[in-house]
Amino acid sequence: MIGSVPGANLWLPKPALQGLIDRLRELGYEVVGPRVADGAVTLGEITSLAELPAGVQDEQEPGRYRLKVIESGGYFDHVVGPHSLKPFLFPPRTTVLQVLRVRDSWEAHSPEPPRPKRAVIGVRSCDLHALAIQDRVFLGSTHRDPEYAARREGLFLVAVNCGRSAATCFCVSMDTGPAVTGGADLILTELPDGFVVRVGTEAGGSTLAGLGCQECSPTVLAEAELVPKRAAAQQTRRINPATVHDTLMNNLQHPRWDDVAKRCLSCANCTMVCPTCFCSTVNEVTDLTGEQTTRERVWESCFNEEHSWTGSGAVHPTTKSRYRQWLTHKLATWIDQFGSSGCVGCGRCITWCPVGIDLTEEVAAMEGERK
Amino acid sequence: MAAPRLAVFKFASCDGCQLSLLDCEDELLKIAEKVEIAYFLEAGPRDATGVYDIGLVEGSITTPHDAERIREVRAQCKYLVTIGACATAGGIQALRNWGDAEEFARQVYARPEYLKTLATSTPISDHVKVDFELRGCPVNKHQLVELISSLLWGRTPHVPRFSVCVECKRRQVVCVAVARGVACLGPVTQAGCEVICPSFARECFGCFGPKEQPNLISLGMRYRDDGHDAEHLTRLVRSYNGYAPEFRDFDPQSLKDS
Repeated sequence: MIGSVPGANLWLPKPALQGLIDRLRELGYEVVGPRVADGAVTLGEITSLAELPAGVQDEQEPGRYRLKVIESGGYFDHVVGPHSLKPFLFPPRTTVLQVLRVRDSWEAHSPEPPRPKRAVIGVRSCDLHALAIQDRVFLGSTHRDPEYAARREGLFLVAVNCGRSAATCFCVSMDTGPAVTGGADLILTELPDGFVVRVGTEAGGSTLAGLGCQECSPTVLAEAELVPKRAAAQQTRRINPATVHDTLMNNLQHPRWDDVAKRCLSCANCTMVCPTCFCSTVNEVTDLTGEQTTRERVWESCFNEEHSWTGSGAVHPTTKSRYRQWLTHKLATWIDQFGSSGCVGCGRCITWCPVGIDLTEEVAAMEGERK
Repeated sequence: MAAPRLAVFKFASCDGCQLSLLDCEDELLKIAEKVEIAYFLEAGPRDATGVYDIGLVEGSITTPHDAERIREVRAQCKYLVTIGACATAGGIQALRNWGDAEEFARQVYARPEYLKTLATSTPISDHVKVDFELRGCPVNKHQLVELISSLLWGRTPHVPRFSVCVECKRRQVVCVAVARGVACLGPVTQAGCEVICPSFARECFGCFGPKEQPNLISLGMRYRDDGHDAEHLTRLVRSYNGYAPEFRDFDPQSLKDS
């Protein structure tokens, strides 16, 4: 009998990963994993190993994302795509209140939040750090978000150690990866013939029973240790977390803000793909009869004029002020507010910016000409 | 209190936006309960007397007669709303604004002297005061219902001015510009279409017109550097909303080297 207590490392032959998918489905989880759709590795429901993007690698550059297929590649050779855990916990659109006219009065009720049981396979270290940040934002204060809490409770996480980095990755400098250090139920490291599975939680360990796990030899463990190290060595972008707060906050009038504002589209893509951006707005949707209104919460962005709209106009009326608001919050005032950076170095904002604005370059420009 | 009187007027257009109103189906019955649809030739009612509380105007101004008629319509309506790209920006027929309308007429008609047409196609707001503009080619029926609902209950219509990208990302649609390298107008176009084209892996061609503060120069330079030539970009931006100010002022030929 192989021990599957937290901290244990086991060997799972490649085909046995199907057993894990089946086991999770038997336990009532919707299993979500990476698969190729619309030219990208996206997250969606999977039932079979065959749906995983075997041998698919993503080439990422500022404003550019392409896939290529490598012969005899692994299931997790890709890095992070346009999707993250965010929409599973903080849905882009949700109903928070419904109000009905009853005779001469109103009756209001909040719909019971859904409590999905969802297992996500292939979560990376940067996204686990993003999840920890979101947990602090949505659950860490006296104002707990009931929908986030309900969805978070049913989340089962199968993490994967990255074996390669995209050109846009900079988790090493943010100290958020690429090796998974915790926060998942199971942690996989992919090797040519199978996976080293590290048990993260008791719930994770219990799903492994009967899947054909074997003991790990020291050689295999040593080989697995090298996998995230290879990914780390590939990273070229970086932000210095020790200095970035003061670099930005001491340079609020730096000419670089005007320069980036000329390039920025204020289209909000960076905030939408960011796994930690949490802004939302609520809209009252009334019907034609005047008998009911629905209060919807939707993803909002600090790049939209409406985001900072007050009685007398927008607090951030220009692209320059919006970009500065976003970057200073993400990398500096987030630390003052929540005790950690709002950035996990996943690089999504760099890749999915249609004009390829790179926050590491913007910071470097201000760093270099620091007053 | 009597139900507000609604009128729908047509100028130079394809009738698609009026059809969006008829396409409201279930909501249309509720609209008919709450407002008196007094004048709507496409649907039947033709009470051309008196004043209307809400006037929906489809189409652009392309003839001297229409330039006069829109003034009468304005005088008849308390609240005047343009619906769609033609009424709001001049429509696809505003392509004539870059050409020679007389020459076009000579090419098409055997007896062009019978035509009385203007050299330009212009939006309603170039001629009369407009209270609200609903974008789209055609307009989105949910936005149309939202507009009528807001007028009925005396509140501001909720019609966002942000980019199509916001809606793409809310729907988790993969960006066609970044993942496929196609020139997509989504980042400079106002949301509201429910991202029909990107959902089918097609680029946005701007049928909801410019978003708030669009940056066409930066996006144009990016697409130019990716190999989309100035002619392609000109054709892309000069379509249904080509004559909207921010789109018409964009000249891909004049983009500087980055």
